[in-house]
Amino acid sequence: MSARSDSLTNSKVTRPSRAGDRLFAALAAGAGITILAVLAGVALFLIIKSWPALTAPADELPGNQSFLEFVWPLAFGTLLSAGIAILVAVPLAVGVALFITNFAPRKLVPMLSALVDLLAAIPSVIYGLWGIAILGPHSVGLQRWLYEHLDFLPFFKGPASATGRTMLVVGVVLAIMILPIISAIVREVFSQAPRSLREGSLALGATRWEMIRMVVLPFGRPAIISATMLGLGRALGETMAVAIILSVSGIVTFNLISSSNPTTIAANIALNFPESSGIHVNALIASGLVLFGITLVVNIAARAIIGRGVKA
Amino acid sequence: MEIAAQALPRNRRVPSWGPWAVYAVALVLVVVLSRATDLNVALLAVVGAILAGAAVYLWSRALEGSRRAVDRAATLAVTSSFVVALVPLVSLLVTVIRRGAERFDVTFFTHSLRNVVGEGGGAVHAIVGTIIITGAAAVVSIPIGILTAVYLREYGRGKLAAAVTFFVDVTAGIPSIVAGLFAYALFALFLGPGIRLGIIGSVALAVLMIPIIVRSTEEILRIVPNSLREASYALGVPKWKTIVRVVLPTALGGIITGVMLAIARVVGETAPLLVTTGLITSVNTNPFAGRMMNLSVFAYFQYKTPGVPPEPYLARAWAAALTLIIIVLVLYFVARLVSLRYGRTEIQR
Repeated sequence: MSARSDSLTNSKVTRPSRAGDRLFAALAAGAGITILAVLAGVALFLIIKSWPALTAPADELPGNQSFLEFVWPLAFGTLLSAGIAILVAVPLAVGVALFITNFAPRKLVPMLSALVDLLAAIPSVIYGLWGIAILGPHSVGLQRWLYEHLDFLPFFKGPASATGRTMLVVGVVLAIMILPIISAIVREVFSQAPRSLREGSLALGATRWEMIRMVVLPFGRPAIISATMLGLGRALGETMAVAIILSVSGIVTFNLISSSNPTTIAANIALNFPESSGIHVNALIASGLVLFGITLVVNIAARAIIGRGVKA
Repeated sequence: MEIAAQALPRNRRVPSWGPWAVYAVALVLVVVLSRATDLNVALLAVVGAILAGAAVYLWSRALEGSRRAVDRAATLAVTSSFVVALVPLVSLLVTVIRRGAERFDVTFFTHSLRNVVGEGGGAVHAIVGTIIITGAAAVVSIPIGILTAVYLREYGRGKLAAAVTFFVDVTAGIPSIVAGLFAYALFALFLGPGIRLGIIGSVALAVLMIPIIVRSTEEILRIVPNSLREASYALGVPKWKTIVRVVLPTALGGIITGVMLAIARVVGETAPLLVTTGLITSVNTNPFAGRMMNLSVFAYFQYKTPGVPPEPYLARAWAAALTLIIIVLVLYFVARLVSLRYGRTEIQR
């Protein structure tokens, strides 16, 4: 007995080397830390490059105005366009998610989901071209109608644009772009609604819509909220569609259908960056920093809601 | 609650063909009216759908009571929201194919815009640029993305892992133009203001790609069975070898799918490249020297700043859009095929 245990303890068992393990773990952790460094770098380098514009006297900045006066109409346009997009996209996205999870034939579900996700795969520059070539011109009639019949509302004060290059069209195009993002998250959660509750309510005689209203929608509410905020984050930063479609005049107005519109931070950067130099570049980067800040707040809030509520 | 208050009438039902008949009649009316009058087709379709829905609702309400009627109305509303969501997709694809076909020819893929004014010329410089810029971004982001996912799933514990998870999600929400500005600011700090290089665009795209790859890889590593890992440990295989030889190969299909979807997402990015890679009309294959064109910026500038006459410029813009959409769709469908082949139907974005 003792001889055997001796041989076990004394024998020179070659233990597998753990150096490879440590190296690989360090490599993996390093990759994770890289991401933290990148995000910190984004903030840091944007701040460094914005600093000259933030501290410059007003007469050197674009339009001879202070940085706040420069960025305010842009921030307003950003929030306005994203707001329209959310108003249009959220009900549609919830409808699409409900259709796929509760109404469509089970066999078609993967195909239908892929079709909706395809909307997210299309590059934004192509949405822009489509918006200015198709949606804009085709909506001129509708916008004129809004102007003629609803011009007592500040949104439709007009006069209606003749080209359709308006805030309303931009909002709708942004809505189409964020719809698949919202719908994918909501769909995922709707499909996790407890089967027992769903079938139970149907068995008690509820119609399908009553089952959805009493089981699926309450279950999915946190997901709808956080998906909305993620969509909002995307709409706030969307660049090309806005840069291509909107005819810009840099004013602050709620008038959605006229040919003079406020532009957005992102679109303004895209339009002016290639031709800018000196302090104007710094001013544009500073406006990008503001956009970064806004989207950061929105995204962190969305993540916090997801973390607290459901897993999406 | 309210359900108990009124029982559903059992016998009197709207026949199953009833709603379909109403929709068919509405459809015929819309077609006839749009032919006979000059009213807007879209407007007629919307009004027709609303009237048909109202008719079905009233019919059902009269026969079946309000609960079934509301159910039918909700079904119609949900179904039409899906149809409405698909209208832009169809319209967009038709438009791009129809307008892009005009210049989708051999010259477009064999010539650049060097010394071209007006008609002719092609986008070969933009296609080469797209491939190089996106390729370099992929080379940077694939290892970082996969390793980060491995860290989070296999190693990550405690505060650092929580922070990485959180900031991966936050990075995923960075607007693409901000990623472009970051890459520009980074290089401008060292190489001087006004710098434009292909590689700066790649850095910007990598910032956008990494979180997508991390998330999809993490998701797929999550469903690799633990029994595989344990079996490998039991054989005395070290952890890193288990990951490299067992876990990653098992997850390979899903990882490839995620990477391809990430590439599809950034290959059409315009905004970050607009501020980083500059404009050029001839082929440049060196991402570390000189400006570099890519397809989406090409499409944007052909459309935004056409010459006189504008037609050839617009035609080139649409042809570039068509090329871009084909690239994206091929990536997208191959990714779907890979994921189907490896038995994974749900793709996380």
